[in-house]
Amino acid sequence: MAGARTLAIIAGSACAAALAFGLSGYHLFQLTMVVTYAIAILGLNIVTGYNGQISLGHGAFYAIGAYVTAILISNYDVPYWATLPVSALICAAFGFAFGLPALRLGGLYLALTTFALAVALPQLLKYPALEPWTGGVQGIVISKPEAPFGLKLSADQWLYLFTLAIGAVMFLLAANLLSGRIGRAIRAVRDNPIAAEAMGVDLALLKTRTFAVSALYTGVAGSLGAIAVQFVAPDSFSVFLSITLFVGLVVGGVASISGAIFGAAFIVFVPNLAEQVSKAAAGAVYGVILIAFLYFIPSGFAGMARRILQRMLPQRPAMVVRAEVGARENGHA
Amino acid sequence: MIGLLHQILSGLVTGGIYASVALALVMIYQSTHHVNFAQGEMATFSTYIALALIDAGLPYWGAFVATVVISFIMGAVIQIVLMRPMANAPVLSSVGVFIGLLLVFNSLTGWIFSYTIKSFPSPFESSRPLLGGFLSPHELGATVVTLAVLVAVYLFFRHTKLGLAMRAAAFNPVSSRLVGIRVGHMLALGWGLAATLGAVAGMMIAPVVFLDPNMMSGILLYAFAGALLGGIDNPAGAVIGGFAVGVIENLGGAYVVGTELKLSLALFTIVAVLVFRPNGLFGRVLVTRV
Repeated sequence: MAGARTLAIIAGSACAAALAFGLSGYHLFQLTMVVTYAIAILGLNIVTGYNGQISLGHGAFYAIGAYVTAILISNYDVPYWATLPVSALICAAFGFAFGLPALRLGGLYLALTTFALAVALPQLLKYPALEPWTGGVQGIVISKPEAPFGLKLSADQWLYLFTLAIGAVMFLLAANLLSGRIGRAIRAVRDNPIAAEAMGVDLALLKTRTFAVSALYTGVAGSLGAIAVQFVAPDSFSVFLSITLFVGLVVGGVASISGAIFGAAFIVFVPNLAEQVSKAAAGAVYGVILIAFLYFIPSGFAGMARRILQRMLPQRPAMVVRAEVGARENGHA
Repeated sequence: MIGLLHQILSGLVTGGIYASVALALVMIYQSTHHVNFAQGEMATFSTYIALALIDAGLPYWGAFVATVVISFIMGAVIQIVLMRPMANAPVLSSVGVFIGLLLVFNSLTGWIFSYTIKSFPSPFESSRPLLGGFLSPHELGATVVTLAVLVAVYLFFRHTKLGLAMRAAAFNPVSSRLVGIRVGHMLALGWGLAATLGAVAGMMIAPVVFLDPNMMSGILLYAFAGALLGGIDNPAGAVIGGFAVGVIENLGGAYVVGTELKLSLALFTIVAVLVFRPNGLFGRVLVTRV
């Protein structure tokens, strides 16, 4: 099972990599953003989908990652690829510190606190004392990296392949983490905290660590996003970024690894279509689709795809799969 | 000293607005254990309706009453159509529906009424400053209206049969149903009242902060802080918490962190309350089975 998943991720990435040679600059940029948001939503999924802790403020970690990368590149001349580990560490530390008080409380309180974080974030980023680093309201402009080693690739192609490679590694790591012992503990905390505690899981510590891992993922996504967009400013990280990630999570599929990719594709392409109608339409479409999914397709695109696959391949060990899906739908979404 | 007094007074004025929204949040939380993340956007939408009615030629207080009625119906309808099926859903689903509502109301407001910042009329126009220049006429008028609404809500819950039935439905839905209270109706009524409170708060704050589709998002945050500070299951506590947050915000903004970080004060208040006194100042200590 684990081998199959690894193969699927590698094969999928290889197919996605082939797209680099057939598409124009703007479409490649969009695909780069899909991969970036997929990593961010995967991070959110780890804490909200698998661990059952609702975060409405993951845009904050995305913003921290983006700013760490932008500041390191513009102020300290660090090469763009070397900023990723730094931003991962810093975001994990922030996640741990923020999760420490917030996660001891029930789900709703965490949702509230993280929502407050998301609303207050632009103001914190504009704080004058931080301006030498953050550039204040103007933000920071960074330049697009060129392909290294004399490769005959355009900057867009290289950036897409680079992002895709990072994404593939992060998806593999997450898949391994979640299918192993720790992943079972993470899900046990969501489904039955009392039983999990009785089995020897340290609830507060596991929740806080999960939150840190989740912040790490979303932070790395923020770094990749900053490199792709070449610009960071406080107003790009409003509360709607956090809400967008949340929408991607629900629409893609809660507690599903492939759901993160569906969700990311949704939040990149659907607003583009909706904005042709009106500037406001994107929000309304998000809202209506979010509510509709919660009522009618609570397992998201990933759940839908899984169900279709099951119907097409009835000879597979359906009982195990069905039990897993059932547990997900009962416990969550 | 005069400056301090001034800050405290204007803190109490905005505190009244926060108290109304906090009370709206607590009313919904008490009966359904849902936190309405869309409360602020619903209030903004109501305020725009009021502006549209005034622009259409209605006198201010006529528009005020009409807006209150429309908001009440809007809140009740949302409860019946959207929230009733969510009664026993997991927390993630209910939070998701509220976030969806937030998005829908926010973009509907922008769509229908445009994103440009508009000024909102105040019914309390007067050229002379009151109380030795401490309060503007609008601030005083808004405070009187807010307090009147809060007192009315208190009297309603305390001294009317319907208020008693609503409290019973929130306190123990099963037993209430057994003695013949229509619990579903009471919940819809509660949502209607909450939307009304938000609408009044929106109409009172709009002349001060100007009207734009995101007007209430900061206010909602202060209201969260106020509700948590007072205890999220205690209506009186939420009102006191709302006033307290108004004063904290103004004093903190003036003397401690500066106006740039005022909103973050709400975040710090929320985190501090959750860390040191998770039940708030006046909340019941919640006992859960372990």
